Amino acid sequence: MTTTKEVKSVTGITVRLAGDSGDGMQLLGTQLTNTSALAGNDVATFPDFPAEIRAPRGTRAGVSGFQVQFAREEIFTPGDTLDALVVMNPAAMVTNLGDLRKGGILIANEDGFNDKEFKLANVESNPLDASVIEETYRVFKVPMTALTRDAVSQHGLSPKIADRCKNFFAMGLVYWLFGRSLEPTLRFISDKFGKKPDVAAANEAALRAGWAFGETTEAFGESYQVEAAELTPGTYRNIMGNQALALGLVAASKVSGKDMFYGTYPITPASDILHELTRFKNFGVRTFQAEDEIAAVCATIGAAFGGTMAVTASSGPGIALKAEAMGLGMMLELPMIVINVQRGGPSTGLPTKTEQSDLLQAMFGRNGESPIPILAPRSPGDCFDIAVEAWRIATECMVPVMLLSDGYIANGSEPWRIPELSDLPKIEITHPEANDGEPFLPYLRDENLSRPWAIPGTEGLTHRVGGLEKEHETGNVSYDPKNHQDMVRRRAEKVAKIAERIPEQDIFGETSGDLLVVSWGGTYGACHTATKRCQEAGHSVSHIHLRYINPMPRNIGTLLRSFKKVIVPELNMGQLRMLLRAEYLVDCIGFNKVQGKPFTISELVEAIESNMPAAASKNAAAVSKAG
Amino acid sequence: MSLPVLKAADFASDQDIRWCPGCGDYSILAQMKKVLPELGVPREKIVFISGIGCSSRFPYYMNTYGMHSIHGRAPTFATGLKSTRPDLMVWVITGDGDALSIGGNHFIHVLRRNLDVNIVLFNNRIYGLTKGQYSPTSTEGQITKSTPMGSIDHPLSPLSVALAAEATFVARSMDANVKHLGDVLKRAAQHKGTSLVEVYQNCNVFNDGAMAYAQEKKQRADNVVELEHGKPLVFGHDNEKGIRLVGNHLEIVQRSEVPDDDLLIHDEQDPNPSIQMMLARMRYPEMPEPMGVLRAVTGVATYNDQINDQVALAKTKKGEGDLEALFRAGDTWEVE
Repeated sequence: MTTTKEVKSVTGITVRLAGDSGDGMQLLGTQLTNTSALAGNDVATFPDFPAEIRAPRGTRAGVSGFQVQFAREEIFTPGDTLDALVVMNPAAMVTNLGDLRKGGILIANEDGFNDKEFKLANVESNPLDASVIEETYRVFKVPMTALTRDAVSQHGLSPKIADRCKNFFAMGLVYWLFGRSLEPTLRFISDKFGKKPDVAAANEAALRAGWAFGETTEAFGESYQVEAAELTPGTYRNIMGNQALALGLVAASKVSGKDMFYGTYPITPASDILHELTRFKNFGVRTFQAEDEIAAVCATIGAAFGGTMAVTASSGPGIALKAEAMGLGMMLELPMIVINVQRGGPSTGLPTKTEQSDLLQAMFGRNGESPIPILAPRSPGDCFDIAVEAWRIATECMVPVMLLSDGYIANGSEPWRIPELSDLPKIEITHPEANDGEPFLPYLRDENLSRPWAIPGTEGLTHRVGGLEKEHETGNVSYDPKNHQDMVRRRAEKVAKIAERIPEQDIFGETSGDLLVVSWGGTYGACHTATKRCQEAGHSVSHIHLRYINPMPRNIGTLLRSFKKVIVPELNMGQLRMLLRAEYLVDCIGFNKVQGKPFTISELVEAIESNMPAAASKNAAAVSKAG
Repeated sequence: MSLPVLKAADFASDQDIRWCPGCGDYSILAQMKKVLPELGVPREKIVFISGIGCSSRFPYYMNTYGMHSIHGRAPTFATGLKSTRPDLMVWVITGDGDALSIGGNHFIHVLRRNLDVNIVLFNNRIYGLTKGQYSPTSTEGQITKSTPMGSIDHPLSPLSVALAAEATFVARSMDANVKHLGDVLKRAAQHKGTSLVEVYQNCNVFNDGAMAYAQEKKQRADNVVELEHGKPLVFGHDNEKGIRLVGNHLEIVQRSEVPDDDLLIHDEQDPNPSIQMMLARMRYPEMPEPMGVLRAVTGVATYNDQINDQVALAKTKKGEGDLEALFRAGDTWEVE
């Protein structure tokens, strides 16, 4: 359907959809994201929902939101301030309005604004009626519930079911406003509700009615169009972080010729990895929903001992439970992947909110000297590559590898360029066979300091492993003091040597200058974009983003020392900063936020600018003005 | 070509055994080495997995594959291994503290899943490795290093727990009765599904003689009833006593006073565990304690079979996984 009204071309739009947690906002957001991605835009999303399944209806605690930015240029975040905000009730309005830019579009479901809802939202009067609202924003009050009821009346649904279609009405209106095609969502409706034809027909009618409302009502004078982005050529799909992790794991299992065992216990925000992997049984994936986190990781070690690709995942509290077993896995020197999809901590913390505060837990959260490699994806799509890389390192070095994702990456999505199978790295795995007459040495090390992965069932290689200290080469239990120190050193050296087989750190910007921004994990997009803006403003600032955290790339020390100042933005109280200062004796400055929310670009720009050396800063301001 | 015939000595590893002199563990180790060659399973196809405790040093002493893991978790390591390598024969070696305290949760779950592994639970009713604290099976009032005024915990019966978890094979034997122990271990090995063998094991350092009533020849006849499928429950020096079911409880009778037809006939194959549970609850000194196989139910699907069957079924239904198709599932678009 094409509009007859004026269409204004814009470079990008940031929109947030907010309503009650039963209003279907996540569904609406996902559909808008997919449709925008299919239109060729670059997209980035930020779903934000309460920890409760159904927080009390209509209250501020029950507000569920979904933010998406779609653009015709490459973007790395879901955007800072909103160009448009759609709210289904007063609670959604008052909790989200602060992020809408002046002059931005506010679309409100007028039917959701009544005395009962005001009371639930804890507001004294109708917030839409405040004169400041009309003066500050472009406000559209739409009686969505009533219009939806009219639109679906012929399908004979109960009022309750009919009212549930109002998110599709809102979707139709949003689609009209931003020139989105209805087709992908119509396909979705027919796939999802195919078995309930009346519901499918009603949702379709609501979607079309929303679009038609935009087209016919006098209120909207123009709509907006975002052209396709110029992305690297290839075939794309939209992907969420946890989905990409699951695909990366399956790909790793295939390229290494191994079946996969995935042992886990449900926990937010890691559970979706399990949900994805259970669908891949025909790839040889065995998923085990254990009785607890400890059982999950121990079963994973059992599978690794048997020669299978072994993976476990959890979030912070579950990783705490897995700590003892991870120490065992490290001592047994068996390959496996341990995924931590971080969330707000400590303890149960903020289960549905993002944070990066398990880095030190990953580094040191085990008893004794227990180093393990740590990798961190930087975006939803990067989860795929990092999963394959984690398995490569695990098998080359015979060691559990920790992978630090986070809630922001896990639930966020972006266009993902589908890799060619031939581009995937090959992972060669060999298991030793008996050498006639030679005694088998299970802890004899190769040039990587890695021991052989001898698996049960192989004649002539019977051996015993365990958590008691090993004698060098024979693997027998040893309490010899010098042997213990020697083994501690060898295990640490093995992990340190991984630095020789990972790429050097790349840098965005000059290799020396006034200020270096150092980040890791899910803050990549915000840090990259903020750096870019500061560079454009004439500042001497560069950015490095660590995907390898233990060990770090070989050139990190040199890079850190090549700048006058180093700033380390993190969604924690300064954990990477502590590691960098300890390892490289460089006086890094922290920029820390622990609010369960990702960084905005503007707060990072401010942090960078406030740390620029005064002279350079003045100079840049002049450049900026001149520009 | 015929397979080489193995002997008990072939299953001995080159490691020095470091249990206390006189420990009941030696006897269990000896019976295991004797039984394994009779099973016809190659050494390299056998894996021993243990937790922590005196008993859990067991894998080091066997010339098979083995893993000495962490406290209480041996059943979970076994789950990962057996689920992915159903071709292996997996033994779990554990103790009363390991299996029932820290590992209580995993003990229940491995049994209810009916993973095809064999659990041998050494029960000496004391913590040996940590030097003498009471265990979940210690008797009420037992004076130990951590209970100077006597234990106030009610003891847990591994057999009752196993039956409550609807385990398919539940048995008891003891270290001193070597032939009986060997026979029970063999039957456990041959069972498809989780087998649990509780072994009364004397800790001569911290709890010496705790189960003398069941172990010493002089007392044993009066305090133990040996179970045999299809046979009546009789015991005593001259088998002069029997057990009969009256209403919903078991009682001891003199065979001279009641006809043998009144005695309880042991049915290890009864899928209803109620009477087997009554046997598990017979405790010294009120009742003789059962020895032998309480329950051996066949035909229950195993976890390892089912997890692998689902993979096979998925392959039949959807075909062998195709990465390219998986990557391209759903809506995709081209950028030129």
